[in-house]
Amino acid sequence: MNDTIIATLIFFLASTVRQATPLLLAAMGGLYSERAGVINIALEGLMLAGAFTAAAVTHYAGNPFVGLLAGIVAGAAVAAVHAVACIKFKADQVVSGTAINILMIGVPAVVSGAVFLSSGSTPQIPRENLIPWTPVLIAFLLVPVTWYVLYRTPFGLRLRAVGEHPEAADAAGVNVNRMRYAAVLLSGALAGIAGAYLSTGQSSLFTRNMASGRGFIALAALIFGKWRPVQTMLACLLFGFTDALATQLQGVKLSGDEEIPVQFIHMLPYVLTIVVLAGFVGHSRAPRALGIPYVKER
Amino acid sequence: MLELREITKRFGDVLANDRVSVRVEPGTIHAIVGENGAGKSTAMRIAYGFYTADSGEILVDGQVRSIQTPHDAIRLGVGMVHQHFMLVETMTVAENIVLGAEPGTAAALDLERAAREIRALSEEFKLSVEPRAMVGELSVGQQQRVELLKALYRQARLLILDEPTAVLTPQEVEEFFQILRRMREQGKTVVIITHKLSEVLAISDDVTVMRDGRVVGQVKTAETNAADLARMMVGRDVLLRVEKPDAKPGDVVLSVRNLSVTVEAGGRGVRDVSFEVRAGEIVGVAGVEGNGQTELIEALAGLVPHERVRGTIELEGRDVTRAGARARRESGVAHIPEDRHRRGLLLDFDLAENSILGDHYRPPAVAARYGVLLDTEGIRRRAEEVIRDFDVRPANPLLPARALSGGNQQKLIIGREFELNPRLLLVSQPTRGVDIGAIEFIHRKLVGMRDAGCAVLLVSAELEEVTALADRLLIIHHGRLVGEVDPKTATHEEIGLLMTGGGKTKDEAEG
Amino acid sequence: MRLLRELAFPLVAVVAAFVVGGVFVLLVGDNPLRVYGLLLGSALSWPDGIGYTLFQATPLIFTGLAVAVAFRCGLLNIGAEGQLYVGAFACAWVAIKLGGVTADVFGKPMGFSWASLPAVLLVPLAMLAAVGAGALWGAIPGFLKARFGSHEVINTIMLNFVAVGLTSYFTQYYYKIPGDPILQSVSVGEAAHIARLGSFVPGLPERIPLNVSFLLAIIACALVYVFLWRTKWGYEIRATGANPTAAEYGGISTRKQIVLAMAVSGGLAGMVGINEVMGYRYRYYEGFSDNYGFTGIAVALLGRNHPVGVFLAALLFGMLQRGGIFVDAFSESVTKDLVQVLQAIVILFVAAEALFRGSFGRFGLMKRSKV
Repeated sequence: MNDTIIATLIFFLASTVRQATPLLLAAMGGLYSERAGVINIALEGLMLAGAFTAAAVTHYAGNPFVGLLAGIVAGAAVAAVHAVACIKFKADQVVSGTAINILMIGVPAVVSGAVFLSSGSTPQIPRENLIPWTPVLIAFLLVPVTWYVLYRTPFGLRLRAVGEHPEAADAAGVNVNRMRYAAVLLSGALAGIAGAYLSTGQSSLFTRNMASGRGFIALAALIFGKWRPVQTMLACLLFGFTDALATQLQGVKLSGDEEIPVQFIHMLPYVLTIVVLAGFVGHSRAPRALGIPYVKER
Repeated sequence: MLELREITKRFGDVLANDRVSVRVEPGTIHAIVGENGAGKSTAMRIAYGFYTADSGEILVDGQVRSIQTPHDAIRLGVGMVHQHFMLVETMTVAENIVLGAEPGTAAALDLERAAREIRALSEEFKLSVEPRAMVGELSVGQQQRVELLKALYRQARLLILDEPTAVLTPQEVEEFFQILRRMREQGKTVVIITHKLSEVLAISDDVTVMRDGRVVGQVKTAETNAADLARMMVGRDVLLRVEKPDAKPGDVVLSVRNLSVTVEAGGRGVRDVSFEVRAGEIVGVAGVEGNGQTELIEALAGLVPHERVRGTIELEGRDVTRAGARARRESGVAHIPEDRHRRGLLLDFDLAENSILGDHYRPPAVAARYGVLLDTEGIRRRAEEVIRDFDVRPANPLLPARALSGGNQQKLIIGREFELNPRLLLVSQPTRGVDIGAIEFIHRKLVGMRDAGCAVLLVSAELEEVTALADRLLIIHHGRLVGEVDPKTATHEEIGLLMTGGGKTKDEAEG
Repeated sequence: MRLLRELAFPLVAVVAAFVVGGVFVLLVGDNPLRVYGLLLGSALSWPDGIGYTLFQATPLIFTGLAVAVAFRCGLLNIGAEGQLYVGAFACAWVAIKLGGVTADVFGKPMGFSWASLPAVLLVPLAMLAAVGAGALWGAIPGFLKARFGSHEVINTIMLNFVAVGLTSYFTQYYYKIPGDPILQSVSVGEAAHIARLGSFVPGLPERIPLNVSFLLAIIACALVYVFLWRTKWGYEIRATGANPTAAEYGGISTRKQIVLAMAVSGGLAGMVGINEVMGYRYRYYEGFSDNYGFTGIAVALLGRNHPVGVFLAALLFGMLQRGGIFVDAFSESVTKDLVQVLQAIVILFVAAEALFRGSFGRFGLMKRSKV
């Protein structure tokens, strides 16, 4: 048949997968944290931490895998701040997450200003030092792995229990705070990979605020996917598709001189999330203890 | 098996446990009895590592042990079934049971093996449950079995059960006691926390009695009786006396017909209840807690969404079934709620602001009928009135409500509600957590309200309180009214029998 | 004494944030004292420093108040960012549609307006539009929470993006001068311009964009105080926030209060549009907000959700914003983004209040007013 149509389709599919990858990585990260009961609206900031660190380290080390590793560590380290604030000091999890997001707008910019004498970006990384597909692979492998961990391992069982009913988990001898620390750090590590993909996979340098709302879309996908791995992946693919579609249609003219307003395609994930949250399309129930610090009188 | 020595525990200003010592012999069933708030649960939660004691020591098998977390307790063979079940409703029975002690490896949870082991345990102790069922879909009785299995699965040698019969029907209680005896035969030790003397006498080998955070005695069950235990529990053998003239009931103020209240989850709701309350009388409602009293009062106060209410509620002849809380207040219904922290007060607001809650939108809280600005002067005068008339201390309207003692908080609420000059007063647990002096004061005020021609509906978990105050006494069980007695002539045994579902229903009695 | 206690904790948090920020400055290779000197010195000079500081503080007062009002009702409004965009757009829309605007498009005049109203009408109308649109945008998540119980945090975040998308769409396709490479609307009618303070404050040059909306912000602080603590509506909102079950017992419809509080909150956020459109750029400029909505959270938290505190906290953050520009210019290695870092650390410290309770509680400094 028509080779161009097939080529376009393949290109489109690839584009969808590539757009979905950072969302999926961050959303899986968010899943661990939120299933353990800690709201993670800091995904955006954690991604930025990973993106900046990965790009900077790749630039110096000349090896993207070292960069990726550094991105993971950076994501986890920043997540540790969130974890300590929320778990140890019982800070409001949304407020702490917001602070992390603002912090990660500032820190990469200041550091890159000092180190690279730029206003918030890292130097260009040569093409051979990019990792365009490794994170994609990790992202999609992560879905069955997360499913397995969540439903087929003691760790997952405890994680879910801690997010649903921390007192019950505690009474059963599970260390609630330790589980929550682990979950939040894990979510930082995964968001770090998402960030590394943005700066050393999809593009070839870190630019200011390059996550541009993907952390929030990942959060939306997590809610849309009802905090379950497979559904969340489908949501990420849907949102990746809208992204790919918007990119494709950018500047395309309809009959006459009208451009297609891509803004509406961009808005779709957010509107869908609002609709799902209101319970119009199925009901998305959050883990019961989500957002509630575990305090017990001692 | 287990011994607590001189355990002391404070929560803020409250001394929950004061040098509590308990000695539980292996292979026995040991009951811990006391009134609400006597400190029974606190002591046992300390033994299970849920709380840590401020001082004192815990011995297991004769050795001093450090139990800082439930994990420590589990390792020493101690298990606990909490009054509010510690179950994750969205997980299966098997998942709940193995949580924290999972079979298999860290990389693979062996739920098949778990199911096998659970079936074997169910067999052994005659506790049948389906391992693959969702806990949220089980009945309360089944959930309790899951809790027991959870402890047994961890190879608990000592089981602490906190008010295990509160959620069971009398038949279920008997079955449950069979299970406990079976456990004792198999060498387990059981500690059962309860406030029901009949159960203590029926099941236990030893009894520890607690009152006001202290142990007042430990005896062999065979060597005691209900009267002695009651005296120890209450600390006085004179009944609470309230001086009051006979009631002169007037017109019907509240008329409830076929009222049913459904509840979202847990709780029993109210089923098809009909009664009247007249001006100038106090109608008491007696019953074991959680038999629908809360729902009844909240429905009458307009606090239950009307889609969950069936039947009719009439106030002086007008149907108010669908009226909201504000409309009920405007038609003369005042409400002293059972939980003053949850319902009755804004703890961070000052006394002045609390004294106008529910009345904050009309004079004297605002200057004019449809005014918007609050009238600070008017509010202060209202607050001072309440503080003076009800002897609220400290008498400073600018203090946050949080700063007051329980008794003074309660007096503030009662004073505020009396300011409405109500036609109907709904009163729930008016003296819970209140000191003796305030109790008498509150009782006098309630009788005074009655004598001023107000209709009073009183719910209390304290049988002595309702019998002393009420002119007529209704008994509620499982959401139904199962009898009416004259509190002056009825004995506690008679009432107690009705409260536990041992009597006939009201309809049968009348018909 | 009470004031002292209220002030003590925010001050400690700010000092701690500066200490941590200072360590960060050291790490990137500059002298923190010099940087802080630059930051504060440049923000307090007369007239430029103070003029710009107050100008920067203006939107933060509005968003800080917005977050505070919602917070008093027990709600976390992360959506001030979206509300202020919608407010600003509506403000510009009214000022264009009713402001008699004609623009030169490829040599030909092109009309954008329906009418040309005089300032006495146009100014209040455009202001009302800003408040009304913000209120409406804020009321949506309020309604969704009251009606469906969906969490306001998620919905406000989502609505931020929707607001950005919608305003960007309308600007691009309807209110931009064709051919303009910048995503901004046509200029609003001159009748909608409000006075810069420089036009009547001696010594303050008119080039400084500090304008009448700063005075509006002060009035808003006073009004919010009166609304929350001196009206029955404020009582109901605060009661709902303090204890919703007790509020219901008191005959208060908590659902109504949630919608009301979010609407008031959104309206306050929308007032940022007045400063931006009528007092500064005289047009709708896409992406004009420098995270005002999010910084508003920091302002409200640091200001203890009280109008006076919000005002003071906004001044502090205004100073940082202003001073940041000079840090950029005069420091080799530190950029103005340090300000973001400081703000974030302040929020973290204020949120993790317990961190200080432990160490300062002994001195009775941090004790909550438990008497």
